[in-house]
Amino acid sequence: MNYDPVQYSRMLTELTLAFHIIFATIGVGVPVMIALAEWTAIKRKDPYYSLMARRWARGFVITVAVGVVTGTAIGLQLSLLWPSFMRIAGQAVALPLFLETFAFFFEAIFLGIYLYTWDRFKKPIFHFLLLIPVVLGSSASAFFITTVNAFMNTPRGFKLQNGAIVDIQPLVAMFNPATPTKVSHVLASSYMTSAFILAAIAAFSLLKKKDTLYHRKALKLTMTAALVFSVSTALIGDLSGKFLAKYQPEKLAAAEWHFDTDKKVPLVMGGILTKDNEIKYGLKIPYALSILAHGSPTAEVQGLNETPIKERPPLYVHYIFDMMVSIGVFLTLLALLYIWAQRRARKHQGRYPRWLLRLISWSGPLAMLGIECGWVYAEVGRQPWILRGYMKTAEGATTSAHVDTMLVLFCFLYILLGLTVIKVLSKLFKNNDVQDELIASGIEGGEAK
Amino acid sequence: MSYEILGISVLWIFLYGYLIVASIDFGAGFFSYYSFITGRKHLVHNIIERYLSPVWEVTNVFLIFFMVGIIGFFPDTSYYYGTALLIPGSVAIILLALRGSYYAFSNYGSKDNKFYMFLYGATGLLIPASLSTVLTISEGGFVIEKNGKVEFLFGELLRSPYSWAVVLLSLVSVLYISSMFLTYYAAKAQDRKALEVVRGYALGWSFPTILASLLVFFAINGHNPLHFQRMLDLAWMFVASFLCFLTAVFLIWKRRGYSWAFLLVMLQFAFAFFGYGASHLPYILYPYITLYHNFTSDAMALSLVIAFIAGLLLLVPSLALLMRLFLFNASYVQGTTSKKG
Repeated sequence: MNYDPVQYSRMLTELTLAFHIIFATIGVGVPVMIALAEWTAIKRKDPYYSLMARRWARGFVITVAVGVVTGTAIGLQLSLLWPSFMRIAGQAVALPLFLETFAFFFEAIFLGIYLYTWDRFKKPIFHFLLLIPVVLGSSASAFFITTVNAFMNTPRGFKLQNGAIVDIQPLVAMFNPATPTKVSHVLASSYMTSAFILAAIAAFSLLKKKDTLYHRKALKLTMTAALVFSVSTALIGDLSGKFLAKYQPEKLAAAEWHFDTDKKVPLVMGGILTKDNEIKYGLKIPYALSILAHGSPTAEVQGLNETPIKERPPLYVHYIFDMMVSIGVFLTLLALLYIWAQRRARKHQGRYPRWLLRLISWSGPLAMLGIECGWVYAEVGRQPWILRGYMKTAEGATTSAHVDTMLVLFCFLYILLGLTVIKVLSKLFKNNDVQDELIASGIEGGEAK
Repeated sequence: MSYEILGISVLWIFLYGYLIVASIDFGAGFFSYYSFITGRKHLVHNIIERYLSPVWEVTNVFLIFFMVGIIGFFPDTSYYYGTALLIPGSVAIILLALRGSYYAFSNYGSKDNKFYMFLYGATGLLIPASLSTVLTISEGGFVIEKNGKVEFLFGELLRSPYSWAVVLLSLVSVLYISSMFLTYYAAKAQDRKALEVVRGYALGWSFPTILASLLVFFAINGHNPLHFQRMLDLAWMFVASFLCFLTAVFLIWKRRGYSWAFLLVMLQFAFAFFGYGASHLPYILYPYITLYHNFTSDAMALSLVIAFIAGLLLLVPSLALLMRLFLFNASYVQGTTSKKG
C-alpha cells in the first residue's frame, strides 16, 4: 500500500475509536447499574446488593482508566490527524466539546470520592448520593460528545463563505436534527450493553459454580434492567430510521441496498449483491422499510440512485447494519425469555436451564459487538463526507508524513492495554471470591472480620 | 477586558493548574518507583498512595480542558499545531495512556507488580519532556508554512539548545514541585520517617531547578530575542518568583512552615509561568498565530465564556469537597479512616 496520509489517518482514527468505544460504553452504562444495585441495597436493606455494587465498582475503575486514556488519545488525535477539519469544526462545535470536559471533570471528581468513601458515612444514602453526579457526568459527556458527531452528520448553525466559516450559532450547531435520535440511541444502547455484560458475568458464574444466591440476585437485577434498556434501544432505533429517511436518505438506502425510489419497499436481511446491483439470497420482509422510514407500509422511500455516485457510502454497510439489528432483536428476545424462565424457576427451586445461562453468558460480548457495528454503520454510512454536504473526508486529513508509523505504534499500545486489562480484571476477581467476601463481611455464614 | 485576553487567561490558568497537579503526580510516580527499587518503599509509599488515589483522574482533565479550550477560542491552533505535532503529540498520548492505565492496574489490580510500577514511574518523567515541546515550538522557528502546507522541522528541534533547556527544566521542576508537595503532605500526616526522605528530595532538587530556569531564560535570548526583551520588561515577576523560591527552600531547610513553603512554591511557578505567558503575547505561535487574527467568532466566544462560568460554579464546590474529604481531612491523611471498598 502506497503511503496515503488520508487512508492511514482514517485507519488510525477507526482503531482508536473502536478501542475507546468499548470502555466508553462501559463507562456510561456501568455507573447506572452500580447505582441500581446500591439503591436496591438501601431500599431492601439487602447487603448482597451492596456487595454487588462494590464488586462492580472495583472492576469499573480498571475500565475507567483505559477509557480515560483512550479518550484523551482521541481528543488529541482529532487535531493531530484532522487539522483542517478541526479548524472548521473547532469553531462550530467548540461549545459541546468544552462542555464535555466539564461533565468529565465532574464525573472524575465524584468517582474519586465515591471509591474512597465506602463505610465513611453513617447513613449509606450519602454514599449513594455521591454516585448521582457520576451517573450524570458520564451520561452528560456521552450526550455532549454525541452532539458533535451528530453535527458531522447534519451540520447546522454556520455558513461557509469562500472557505471561511461565518454566522456561527453554537446552540443551533449543537442541537442539530441528528442530536435527539443519536444521543438517545447512544445512551440507551450503552445502558443496555453494560447490563448485558454484567448479566453475562453472573450467568457465567452460575454455570461454573452451580447455584449461588449472590449471582442469582445479580442475574435478576441485570436482566431486568437489560430488558428495559433493550426495548428502549429498539424503539429509539426505529426513530433513528425515520430520521435517516428524512435527513440522510443515502445512508439508509445504502444499508438496505435500496436503489430505485419506490413505494411499499421491503426490508432485506442478509443476501449478497451481484455486479448489477441485484440482491440474491436475501430475506425480504414486505413493507418493512417503508414502515421503518416513514411509519406507513405504503410510504415512498428514496433510493440510492438519487445520490451522485461519488457521494455514495460503500455498500458493505448493509452487512454491518444487519448485524447490529439482528443482535438487538436477539438480545431483546433473550431478555424476555429470561423473564419467562425466571417466573418458571420460582417453581423449580430457583434453577435456570443451562442453555439459557449459556446464551446469557454470550450476551455481553454480543451486545458490545452490536455497539461496534452500530458505530461502524453510522460512521462509514456518511462517507465520503466528514461534514456531510460541506467537507469530504480527504480534505480534512493531515498532510504529515508519519501517520503510518503512528498507526503501528498505536496498534501495539492498544494490544498491550487490551491484554493487560483482561489479565488484571480476571486476576482481580479470581483473588476475591464472592463466597469469601460474603463470609468476610458477615453476610453469610459467619461473623464480620 | 476583550474576549481574546479573557480566553487566553482562562486557558493559561488551566495550564498552570495542570502544571502543578501533573507535576505532583508525575514526580510522585517517579519517587514511588525510586523508593521501591531502593528499598525505602515502606517509608514513603503510603503518603503517596493516599494522596494520589482519589485524584489521579482529575489531573488528566486539566490537560484536556486546555486542549479543547485552545481549539475553541483559537481554531487555527489545531491547524498549525495539529499538523506540526503529530510525532511528539502521539508520543505524549502513548506515554499518558501507559501511565494512566498502569497506575490503575498497579493500584486497583495487581499490587506490587514491578513492571507496572516501572512503566508508571518512567513515563512520569518522559511525559513532561514530550509535552514541553509544545512550549518550545510556540517560540517559532520550528514550524514553517510553504505553499499552503505546514511543515515541521524536527531536526531543528533536536539541534536547538533552547529546546533542550526547556526539557531539562521540565524534568527537574517536576521532581522539585512534587517533592515539595510530598514534604508538605508528609508533615501534615505527621509521618516523620517519610518526611525525612521527601525533605531530602525537595532540597536536593531545588538548586537544579533554579539553574535550569536561568538556563531557559538565557536560551530564549538566543532563540527569540524579541520575546526575551519583553520578558525583561516584566522582570519584576521573575524576581518575585526567585524570592518565593528562596523563602520556600529556607523554610524547608529550617523544618518549619511546610504549608507556607508549598504555597510559596506554587507562587514561584505562578510568577514565572504567567510572566512567561504575558511576555509571549500577542503570539500564540510565533509568527503565525496571534491572539487577534485567529480568534473564534464572537457568538462562540460568548457561549464558551458562559459555559466556562457555569462549569466553574459546578466544579469549584466539587473540588472543594474533594479536598476537604482527602487533602485537608486529618484522619484520612493520617490513615485512620477506612480505605476503598
